[in-house]
Amino acid sequence: MTAAARPGRPSTDARPGRPSTDARPGRRSTDARLGRRGTGTRPDDAAAVPARFRDLLAAEWLKLVSLRSTRWSFPLILLLVVGISANAALADHRNWPTYSADRREMFALYGPLRDAFPEAGYLFLILVTTTIGAMTIVGEYGSGLIRATFAAVPARRSVVAAKAAVLAGVMLALGTLTAASSFGVSQAILADRDAHWTLGDPGVPRALAATALLAPVCALIGMGLGALLRHTPASVGAALAVLVLLPLVVDSDRIRWVAQVHNALPTTAWLRLIEVYDGTAAGVPPDPFPLTIAGSWLVYAAWSLGAVLIAVIVVHRREP
Amino acid sequence: MVAGPTPRGKLTGRLGPVIVIDNLTKRYGKRTAVRGLTCTVRSGRVTGFLGPNGAGKSTTLRMILGLTTPTAGSATIDGIEFRRLSRGLRHVGALLDAGDVHGGYTAAAHLGALARSNRIPRTRVAQVLREVGLADAARRRVGAFSLGMRQRLGIAAALLGDPPVLLFDEPFNGLDPAGVRWVRELFRRLAGQGRTVFVSSHLMSELEHTVDHLVVIGRGELVADESLAAFSARFGEEAVTVRTPDVAALARVLAAEDATVTVREQVLTVTGLAAERIGELALGHGILLHEVTTRTASLEEAFMRLTADRVEYAAGEVLR
Repeated sequence: MTAAARPGRPSTDARPGRPSTDARPGRRSTDARLGRRGTGTRPDDAAAVPARFRDLLAAEWLKLVSLRSTRWSFPLILLLVVGISANAALADHRNWPTYSADRREMFALYGPLRDAFPEAGYLFLILVTTTIGAMTIVGEYGSGLIRATFAAVPARRSVVAAKAAVLAGVMLALGTLTAASSFGVSQAILADRDAHWTLGDPGVPRALAATALLAPVCALIGMGLGALLRHTPASVGAALAVLVLLPLVVDSDRIRWVAQVHNALPTTAWLRLIEVYDGTAAGVPPDPFPLTIAGSWLVYAAWSLGAVLIAVIVVHRREP
Repeated sequence: MVAGPTPRGKLTGRLGPVIVIDNLTKRYGKRTAVRGLTCTVRSGRVTGFLGPNGAGKSTTLRMILGLTTPTAGSATIDGIEFRRLSRGLRHVGALLDAGDVHGGYTAAAHLGALARSNRIPRTRVAQVLREVGLADAARRRVGAFSLGMRQRLGIAAALLGDPPVLLFDEPFNGLDPAGVRWVRELFRRLAGQGRTVFVSSHLMSELEHTVDHLVVIGRGELVADESLAAFSARFGEEAVTVRTPDVAALARVLAAEDATVTVREQVLTVTGLAAERIGELALGHGILLHEVTTRTASLEEAFMRLTADRVEYAAGEVLR
């Protein structure tokens, strides 16, 4: 059934071009589906096209991949982070002949993972993923596009939820690719000295998963801060304070609450999850307030959920 | 949007009030942007929304779209507040600010994401781009667009969902004469199809050849809400311009006939008397006439007079 006015059908309305209303309620009209134009759209059409969340997901996906900056920054991030871990592995590879038997024994306890996920590389990953996360919101507010978006989709909470889902998905893909490549490349280099680990080694799958998830967790935190502050540099600054500065500054072996704050930070959780050797065997005193593995996953989840919740609430309430 | 099935062919329900603005008020601290605005914007005609800069036009349009929360009162479209809808484009198309786009997207990507979010088929994007004359610029980045092109893109976005209600905030800004003419014809056509078209402007000259009905506001308050014809009859009084070598004598004669005469630079402007009668009187008194021209006082002048005491920002000084 098409909703186009049928020639010859008597119309009660004398106005030319007046849209006819013979679309059956409850059934989507062909016009609405095909977007056929010229007869005008009746509210029946609008009501006959139910809102679907996956349309919002698709729209946010289109927005993300349509930006030139996304297309060139993703490969660059991958290249840089993997390059830094390859460099770390190459250093050990180069110096291997000079390592004593003791040193080689120590390396075998945790070295391969440290080369796979060096802090320098992953601090960079934290920085860029938070920035991208903040920009998905701030970029839209800053340009004014957010008003066009909300005029198209008045359900603001759904828009933010879709944005968060797409961001998390894309970042998980980037994080997985980066973590897997970092591990693969570094271990391939170390294999030459027979000092490499494989997926079967204890702690490796966990470290890989934790590193892959670091990207979406940080991106969502950036998005939450972006929604709150609506300013990219401010959001990135705040994210760096939380993700980089705080773990360094807030730490204690004696004061319980300080240690607990330290343990509640996402970076602490990541470092805990990629840790395979705590040094106690070498005489390092045990951490009096240790963060558990389960606790670390919980920290990841809490920060991600909290960031999304803040974004949803703030965007819903504040005027664009 | 429609409560029950619409009886076939019965359009009466669709011809009533479409946008109902009821006692709409917006205060920002001590400043009142919109004060108790009440009016109805009906379908099937172009309604002009006229007011000087800062009169509250944009704030009102933003409140209709739920982008700004009213301090008091309400604005509904077919009885529903816009923010209650889950998707907007098939109900209301709006151009609020041509700058509300992200410069990094191409025109096609910008419209593509908007269309996708409302489940509007992709083919519609090319259609509206063709309609607004941007077909050749579809693959170009919006950041490089001129203001006129952005206006066209904004109009394309408003048309995407083929909506029964269309809002345009200062759509003529940045358009060349051909563009202005095209937009006028577009508005007439949309209204002719039975849609509700609500167009704001701060210039009467932009609206007087386009609109059927006028809503005039000044300092956030309603000044006039009537048809263009009624407005013209009320303010667009006919005046006769007369040039004569004997200004003083003619002015005396005309004043005696109860006409209103103003003299400026030896030219008389006469209201209250037809040109024929002025000619007769001059002949009767032996006064030579060089020119007798009838003209309609411009609506622009009427609008300026009407809102003169309600101008928010006057050149050189802030009134009140």
